Amino acid sequence: MNLEALQERIREAAARKAPLRLRGGGSKDFYGNEPRGELLDTRGYAGIVSYEPTELVVTARCGTLLAELERILGQNGQCLPFEPPHFGPEATLGGCVATGLSGPRRASAGALRDFVLGVKLVDGRGRELAFGGQVMKNVAGYDVARLVAGSLGTLGLIAEVSLKVLPSPACELSLELEVSEAAALERMNLWAGQPLPISATAWHASRLCVRLSGAEPAVRAAAAKIGGTRVEAGQFWEGVREHRHAFFDGPQPLWRVAVPSVCPPLGASGDSLIEWGGALRWLRGAEARALAAKADGHATLFRSQGKRESVFAALDPRVMTLHRRLKAAFDPAGILNPGRLYAEL
Amino acid sequence: MGQAVPLTKPPAASRQSEVARALREFLPARAVLFDEEDTRPYECDGLTAYRQLPMVVALPETEEQVRRILEACAAMKVPVVPRGAGTGLSGGALPPGDGVLLSMAKFMRVLRVDARARTAVVQPGVRNAAISEAAAPLGLYYAPDPSSQIACTIGGNVAENSGGVHCLKYGLTVHNVLRLRGFTASGEAVELGSQAPDAPGYDLLALAIGSEGMLVVVTEVTVKLLPKPQCAKVVMASFDDVEKAGQAVADVIAAGIIPAGLEMMDRPATHAVEQFVGAGYDLDAAAILLCESDGTPEEVEDEIGRMRAVLARAGATRMSVSRDEAERLRFWSGRKAAFPAAGRISPDYYCMDGTIPRKRLGEVLKFIGAMEKKYGLRCPNVFHAGDGNLHPLILFDANDADQLHRTELFAAEVLEKCVEVGGTITGEHGVGVEKINQMCVQFRPDELELFLAVKRAFDPAMLLNPGKAVPTLARCAEYGRMRVRGGRLPHPELPRF
Repeated sequence: MNLEALQERIREAAARKAPLRLRGGGSKDFYGNEPRGELLDTRGYAGIVSYEPTELVVTARCGTLLAELERILGQNGQCLPFEPPHFGPEATLGGCVATGLSGPRRASAGALRDFVLGVKLVDGRGRELAFGGQVMKNVAGYDVARLVAGSLGTLGLIAEVSLKVLPSPACELSLELEVSEAAALERMNLWAGQPLPISATAWHASRLCVRLSGAEPAVRAAAAKIGGTRVEAGQFWEGVREHRHAFFDGPQPLWRVAVPSVCPPLGASGDSLIEWGGALRWLRGAEARALAAKADGHATLFRSQGKRESVFAALDPRVMTLHRRLKAAFDPAGILNPGRLYAEL
Repeated sequence: MGQAVPLTKPPAASRQSEVARALREFLPARAVLFDEEDTRPYECDGLTAYRQLPMVVALPETEEQVRRILEACAAMKVPVVPRGAGTGLSGGALPPGDGVLLSMAKFMRVLRVDARARTAVVQPGVRNAAISEAAAPLGLYYAPDPSSQIACTIGGNVAENSGGVHCLKYGLTVHNVLRLRGFTASGEAVELGSQAPDAPGYDLLALAIGSEGMLVVVTEVTVKLLPKPQCAKVVMASFDDVEKAGQAVADVIAAGIIPAGLEMMDRPATHAVEQFVGAGYDLDAAAILLCESDGTPEEVEDEIGRMRAVLARAGATRMSVSRDEAERLRFWSGRKAAFPAAGRISPDYYCMDGTIPRKRLGEVLKFIGAMEKKYGLRCPNVFHAGDGNLHPLILFDANDADQLHRTELFAAEVLEKCVEVGGTITGEHGVGVEKINQMCVQFRPDELELFLAVKRAFDPAMLLNPGKAVPTLARCAEYGRMRVRGGRLPHPELPRF
């Protein structure tokens, strides 16, 4: 598949005002409001365009399998530092950037959007547009590349992305401590204020798991400071990242609640799992949105079995006005993943 | 540089008094300036080649005053240009001759430093370095450190997405700001981002950062603070060839090392600064690298060892490691003083800000060398080598009109070369008025049109910092440098001059 074919498909749909549902491997079909529209499959537009390890930049097309991309980076001792969840072997790079999700390392390394250097976009008129670039520092023009990260395909088809990559950590080990939720939050925030190489934290059912990554001497010194029991936790972190951990099983709605990390226990009635040093709280239960609002955060209905609407927290009306105007600028016919993020977009 | 922007005619006195009167209704007299002696200090920012007197200067102290200024200006259709400390190097705060220069200088309070949450909430007029000073007793600091950090404000940093010498490891402003409060051009209050790790909807926080004061007027900034590394050391390495030094940079990264700072200076640059600060640089070297490691003492010891080994293999002719904090600061003092040093050896200097893929460094430096000969002007180079950001400094005398003209042509050629090798015209200084013509080279008409549409989404009346950063298509047609792809000139329907 070439880019012109994708552009033509969008131009033609725009002329008919026919909604398009942009989709890569479909591993994140569950995420966001109900997808609708004619299918536009991006998997055919695949491949790594350029990768030079010493530049710390990789550029690849949207249909590239995320697993394949990470394998090639791994061969060169590098990684996507934000540890994006795949949610299935079919996950593509395009879907990864469109959903904007980050994994366990987010609190220490940064979010997906922090690593986006540039995008090639096909907008709602079928125009090919390039923003950002392949260099670390670039302030020419508005930062549209970061804007489209996490926009769920509502602003354009993300055809190609350049990402900053980093060396994989030389040394990694995990520790486990038995503590209450309140004590875990206290400790995670305390540690985050110290120069410790903590690369992930997760608390569930009175167990706090801490991963240290970096140069061996630093990891060893930090392990002595943190204490607890050393554990083999590769599978555990994979389970948290990919939602294969038992906490994520079952039919109850799964809420993703983002809050300031120092926020005390939310007091949810159901089960919860905490990541990102306290800033990400996964809840199984119905009252998440009210709890999030009280905590100065926001809640997303991440997975549910019922009809999906109002998945994302409501926006301030003035901020929604800006969203609507931006949507109209990128996609005047309103055909790209309409409603997937908000009914108004 | 030069007359890139058609300067607006001085306003009619009646218009000036009408606008001043409208602002005086809710601002104290001392906060509304319009006499020439009072407005003169605001005629330019750090890019002094462009000057223009603002019609009126407003100095609000409260968010409510900012809102009312914006509402009043929107009602009168008066352009508004926000300004921090005025240290910007691209003319982003060049005032409007027919509008209001909105100085945020009185918003200078650090509102909260929260040690446990590792955040600070500050007003936009707080100096960059003052944030780290306020956080220092708690063992925390604010990471982005532009070289103007003792003077520049966080509001200006947000507008420009400022970097510094530690961005490869610690990121730019966009990576270190969590939340902004402010107003759109029409005076609507908005809050972008949050204290949580993200906010619902589009990432308007990322869009606003680096938007050169064209999308929102920021009145409050929440920044992330980091624990101060326990220790830092820097290796200074000499090379007898600039390209070898460039290759050494790639080798360090290939070895899996992300230095806290990685800077290069060529011989003309080290000679310029050495007589100015006495940093102890090797004046025989064709180029020197400063490669810093920070972290725990164990970590730094380990990393410095690995850096030394890589640099030695890459052909370093001399190496020294800072023995103590005083020596580390002395090694850096030369780099940080590069701009003032250029100002000492030449009546004027012009600093460029292109970014390139690191592997093209040798080629670009050769090109700059050729341009020195072509235009008969000297050009020392300092370089944020870790992130590919070049700061060539063209030395000239502004009193010589021909030198100024040659400097402009020299700079334009270098920036266009940066685009040609896959880089960008500006890494951290912004487009402002200075590089607006080169935007026509870096972007195609459809892309520029989308930027203008983004601008209109926030500011339909186009009143906030108008005419900066994003050129109109007509302007690009006039400049005659639109990118030609596939042999076809884009927008053949546009008239060309």
